[in-house]
Amino acid sequence: MNIWKYSSPQYFYPLAKKMATIFFVFAAVFTVWGLYIGFFVAPTDFQQGESYRIIFIHVPAAWMSMLIYLIMSFWAAIGLIMNTRLSSMMAHALAPTGALMTFVALWTGAFWGRPTWGAWWVWDARLTSELILLFLYIGYMALRASIEDPRRADRASAILALVGVVNVPIIYFSVQWWNTLHQGASVSLTKSPSMATSMLTGMLVMALAFWMYSIAVSLIRVRRIIRDREANAAWLAESSGAQ
Amino acid sequence: MQWESIADFFAMGGYGLYVWGSYIVTALCVVFEILDLKKNR
Repeated sequence: MNIWKYSSPQYFYPLAKKMATIFFVFAAVFTVWGLYIGFFVAPTDFQQGESYRIIFIHVPAAWMSMLIYLIMSFWAAIGLIMNTRLSSMMAHALAPTGALMTFVALWTGAFWGRPTWGAWWVWDARLTSELILLFLYIGYMALRASIEDPRRADRASAILALVGVVNVPIIYFSVQWWNTLHQGASVSLTKSPSMATSMLTGMLVMALAFWMYSIAVSLIRVRRIIRDREANAAWLAESSGAQ
Repeated sequence: MQWESIADFFAMGGYGLYVWGSYIVTALCVVFEILDLKKNR
């Protein structure tokens, strides 16, 4: 089997639908499982009480907001360098979900910060750089929308995405580089996590749920983008009856 | 399990506004995104 044929919108289009269905099912299963752990298994936090239960969506959303930006920039770069249509379409499809994850991370952060710090918002390095990430996503989408020729929009928006990628390590390391009100990482690759096992499990399962959800909606969205951009292609007219 | 009753669960130890304010808005975002994708099918 030649897997490279799936880099062509024509072959990827039906595959994306099958994959999206599978990822939606996984997303639903992991969400139910993760929320069960988060609300019924994980104990009350000895410092933060029940307010800490926001982390089961806050941390996965914040991780996804950064990760989606990296993946979006990766596809944008591939599209720019290799001139592959589908790569740019994938980057385009990821942006709204990335923006949504960033918004959720900021919103839930505010709702956690208010009872914990006494403020909805502070201009701390972590929060400010995450807000810049939201503006980068919005800027990327606005730039795309403002250019009529999709191939030119691919190139211009790819450059914006690649310039903005410098912000991702700034977000990630902000809690080490600056003296932030935002707490440092409780989970990292180098240290054992500083939280109860059931709390960590709930957070990781929810992170998996957010992963699966992001993949599923991006696949559905890339199908929509393929339909828009390949509207005149013969293969799409042939398959439109069946899909 | 740490909840004495359903009311206790919704109260979230006094943090109900913050916990549910986070979860409900997140759920609304997800619903909005899925509806938007369905609309443009």
